[in-house]
Amino acid sequence: MTAAVPALPHCRPTDRPRTPSYPPGGGCPTSPPERVISVLDLAALDPGALAPLVVHAEPWINFDVGLLVDRFWANTINGLAYGSVYALIALGYTLVYGVLQLINFAHSEIFVIGVFGVYLTFVALGFEPGAIPNLPLAAIILDLVLAGLVAMAVAGLAAIGLERVAYRPLRRRNAPRLAFLITAIGASFVIQQVIRIWRGSNPEGTIRLLPPSPAFTIFGAPVTNLQIVIILASIAMFVVTDRFVNGSRLGRGIRAVAQDPATATLMGVNRERVITITFLVGGVLAGVAALFYLMTIPQGAVYNGGFLLGIKAFTAAVLGGIGNLRGALLGGLILGVAENYGQSLFGGDWRDVVAFVLLVLVLMFRPTGILGESLARARA
Amino acid sequence: MIRRRLAAAGALVAAVALVLSGCANQEGGQQQGGGPQAGAPAQPSDAVLPAGNGQGRCAPGTSIGYAGTIAGQNAALGIAIVNAAQLAVDQHNQANPNCQVTLVRADTGGTPDTATGPVTALINNPQVLGLVGLPFSGESRAVGPALNAAGIVNITPSATNPGLTQNGWTNFFRGLGNDAVQGPAIGRYIQQRLNAQKVCIIKDDSDYGIGLAGTVTQALGPAASCQVDVKTNQREFSAVIGQVQQQAPQAIFYSGYYQEAAPLIQQLRDAGVQTTFIGPDGVKDEQYVVNAAGSADGSLLSCPCVPQEGFTDFSNAYRQAFGVAPQTYSAESYDATTILLRGLDQGIADRPGLLNHVRNYNGQGLTKRFQWGPTGELTNTPVWMYRVQGNTIVTDTQIG
Amino acid sequence: MTETHSGARPTIKQRMADLSTFWNSRSRPQQWVLLIPVVAFLFALPVLNPPIITTEPATDFPIALFSAAVLALIAIGLNVVIGQAGLLDLGYVGFFAIGAYSAALLSSPDSVLGIRLSWIAIVPIAMVATMISGVILGTPTLRLRGDYLAIVTLGFGEIDRLLADNIEPLRGNRGFQDIARPGGTYPDGSPIFTQTDALGFYWLAVAIIIIVLMFMGNLERSRVGRAWIAVREDEDAAELTGVPTYKFKIWAFAIGAAVGGLSGTLFAAQVGYVNNQRFDVTTSILYLAAVVLGGSGNKVGVIVGAFLVSYIPDRFQFEPQYRFLVFGLALIILMAFRPQGLLGMRQHLLTYGRQAYARLFGAGTAVRPTGLSPSTRATGDLPEVTPDDHAGTSPRGGGE
Repeated sequence: MTAAVPALPHCRPTDRPRTPSYPPGGGCPTSPPERVISVLDLAALDPGALAPLVVHAEPWINFDVGLLVDRFWANTINGLAYGSVYALIALGYTLVYGVLQLINFAHSEIFVIGVFGVYLTFVALGFEPGAIPNLPLAAIILDLVLAGLVAMAVAGLAAIGLERVAYRPLRRRNAPRLAFLITAIGASFVIQQVIRIWRGSNPEGTIRLLPPSPAFTIFGAPVTNLQIVIILASIAMFVVTDRFVNGSRLGRGIRAVAQDPATATLMGVNRERVITITFLVGGVLAGVAALFYLMTIPQGAVYNGGFLLGIKAFTAAVLGGIGNLRGALLGGLILGVAENYGQSLFGGDWRDVVAFVLLVLVLMFRPTGILGESLARARA
Repeated sequence: MIRRRLAAAGALVAAVALVLSGCANQEGGQQQGGGPQAGAPAQPSDAVLPAGNGQGRCAPGTSIGYAGTIAGQNAALGIAIVNAAQLAVDQHNQANPNCQVTLVRADTGGTPDTATGPVTALINNPQVLGLVGLPFSGESRAVGPALNAAGIVNITPSATNPGLTQNGWTNFFRGLGNDAVQGPAIGRYIQQRLNAQKVCIIKDDSDYGIGLAGTVTQALGPAASCQVDVKTNQREFSAVIGQVQQQAPQAIFYSGYYQEAAPLIQQLRDAGVQTTFIGPDGVKDEQYVVNAAGSADGSLLSCPCVPQEGFTDFSNAYRQAFGVAPQTYSAESYDATTILLRGLDQGIADRPGLLNHVRNYNGQGLTKRFQWGPTGELTNTPVWMYRVQGNTIVTDTQIG
Repeated sequence: MTETHSGARPTIKQRMADLSTFWNSRSRPQQWVLLIPVVAFLFALPVLNPPIITTEPATDFPIALFSAAVLALIAIGLNVVIGQAGLLDLGYVGFFAIGAYSAALLSSPDSVLGIRLSWIAIVPIAMVATMISGVILGTPTLRLRGDYLAIVTLGFGEIDRLLADNIEPLRGNRGFQDIARPGGTYPDGSPIFTQTDALGFYWLAVAIIIIVLMFMGNLERSRVGRAWIAVREDEDAAELTGVPTYKFKIWAFAIGAAVGGLSGTLFAAQVGYVNNQRFDVTTSILYLAAVVLGGSGNKVGVIVGAFLVSYIPDRFQFEPQYRFLVFGLALIILMAFRPQGLLGMRQHLLTYGRQAYARLFGAGTAVRPTGLSPSTRATGDLPEVTPDDHAGTSPRGGGE
């Protein structure tokens, strides 16, 4: 099969602008004779050599404003739905950060444990991977709620377990904050690898109870039943968490410890208990996020599936103002929407770049995030 | 002519397989590692199998190596390959008491930098006479010069970048068709059989995805009117789908692996895009069908390999040994390992000998006929189109 | 575990303290002499290939040592940023990537530049390029404090990697082949620096580490080093006492970046191939782990930490399924037992420390920096400090 030579991607002239010679009888163009340039010969680095870095036949970035406008509402709705998942995970980061000033890098693995909680509940309920269940709506809702509860329980317990096993010994020893970070990374490795060894490295087969179907349209953009459920339920979860932190006795404890652990302890707040509850709440929210994530992306149950989401959720938390519950919600939603706009404008592979550039830009102008207050002061 | 003959052979094999698959299933229970016995059905009748004639003789300690990802990134692909190699070695060892071969595994982690250490260790292990791997083009390129210098024969079961055989390496053999074979065949199929004049090519950011998208784009010419990029490990595609919807293509070609293809096709269908979906061998995997649930129905999947129905024995043995169905490139790995084992059985005890054996090899494997040209490309590589029907992948037609 | 010395058996902590006393009471030339056998041992390590310690047969020992040495160099560079200046940088891999890509662009035949510089010419260019990128990155971000800086640097690291993926001339996953290696041949004419023989590369890396260490040691004792420590301990106080904190933070970033770039060129030369696969967040965090594990702020400590982070997965290469599990457990356990790092940072007077201590406590007395209890502190020793208690104030303490 040497006839198809011009089709070889590595032979595309665009790749090697300085390759003039196609050998007779096919084959790849030979490489240009290597010019070995010594240190003294740097003048040979003419500026023109840099031109291909800038000008290229096939554009690697677009500015498709038409597409952006065209898809504006659809992108907004999809972004809000996916951003809700970011927001729920971000709440967990933000709570722990607010109380302990700790970037809990293992939170994404708590989320993955939640995802597997949902998935294995589905399996236990007798659903077959790959099959499309045909059940009455009530049964589906019941099953989903059950799976969500299991995920909340499993992820919540895992979060407490993580705190007990990994972080508490460090706290006892008054370890520096970077030590927590490394322990978090170690725990993250361990949880991932245990899941991988247990469940294998392939994603679990798809079990989807509630296929999305358009419920209504906004400005011509369809909104699916699934998206309505996710957005509303996420906001509800946020309101509950917000009420809990700002309205309940335990929540006051959390805020007190966040503000000043030493004084809070003197005032009779049980610091260890507050920390446990903080991890529990974060874990439970990750469990909810896990349910919504698996409803959106049924292929998501895989050992390393939390990594990218975790980074994004953490980005969202910082974007909104880490340690700030409303900031986490806002950051998550903004990130979800911005990623979609960015993909339409610049091309599909610019999604993550847009997310991180947005983060950098926001922090340039608002160095503590958009809402920028701490958990302790997050009081309506 | 060759193509037509092969097509006929493939069809015959498929028919035989259908008739005999019942027998294969009955035998399945007692075939633990035993491999196909004499007269075993359900594979190309003249396929060379690891067990051989049972008369193999070789020095104790003789080894072949697997280098590739085992626990690193994209581990699933590597495990599918190493498992199949292990199966071949086990079947061989059981049938040949006088030639016990060891499979030495080296975990490259799937990335170029982490590949050099384990691969060098393999090179420095004098008992390792041949190598199955490496799965990815990137790591293959990184360690290729070293393997070539060591003169250790290297059959890759999955690296499809055409450039790999253009480096002048004399030890490198590709066990499947490269992108330059598959791409034009896919392009022809899309234009001539599907009559699509407006095609969206969605590619991931892997070497494989980029390379194949390039050859398909080239083959389609102006018909490849929209190019969409996604990232490896991306799972949410709503914005990308928006781009596709705006273009309203007549066919969509996805250049990448099943991990991304499954959520992509599901979300496409959910969004109401019913356009014909075509994927390459990286997508042709049972996992794709399972992970996309019903949405995969009707997807067209091309592959430079002969129909799966041809080797149910292998599938059954694999399933029995590892609890899962063989995946993409498992069969290629099984064939590659078999070829090396055949050489060892003949008493070849050094690397140049085994290299020569592979260079002059000509035999039918499960997936195709193996005979290599001077650069290490197969002399003929059939490309077949498959179709997802319900929950199974069925053979559609030969396209190249 | 406080300082309860029960019985005559000295605790490990005590022994370490004694060793440290011994070391610090030597004059500098004496220290140099004492170091010679240590350095000689390090150079001889790959040749000695000690049993138990060696990573063979699973992975090549010199290459494993070379990877460890590169990571050690990275850790020394990152230590300037984290340990000295107290800036939490989670995107350090970006500088490493820029170094590696500089080497690739300037010497690979796949590069659009179409030139082929020698390795020795690439090193200064790459270091300048990374230094400039460090300044570019630092100028806007270093006004941020604490964890905000951490996440912004993480973002920049990711942007680096993604740009390498998205921008066509940087070739993403396809990568650059055949990157220049240092010249030099053995007496028999065979090249010293090859991919499979990392002996030369390891020696080169160790030599570079020694040079960089000497440079860093001098820097530490200079005005710059003292300014960094002032920034680390209390940025506001430093600013008030007339230290231009912003400027010195940028210096820390730039110098750290240059070392990162240097290690990137070493890495690219040994592998001979660069693509976008090794520059992700996880890698960046592993760099951080190397610094913290060994003891942030302690140059010898971070080298030990880097050795462990690189060595543990390599050592367990023979059991690939479990090697990252073992690695994760090792991180947790090491941190649980040595939260300050294996060799915690010690703080003693820098520039005129020797003279000052000699005058205060008589010649021969040196810093005995182990005490955490008030009693030992009373003897004039300064306590072990934990940099991170001060490293960057928390955002709300930042007074926005």
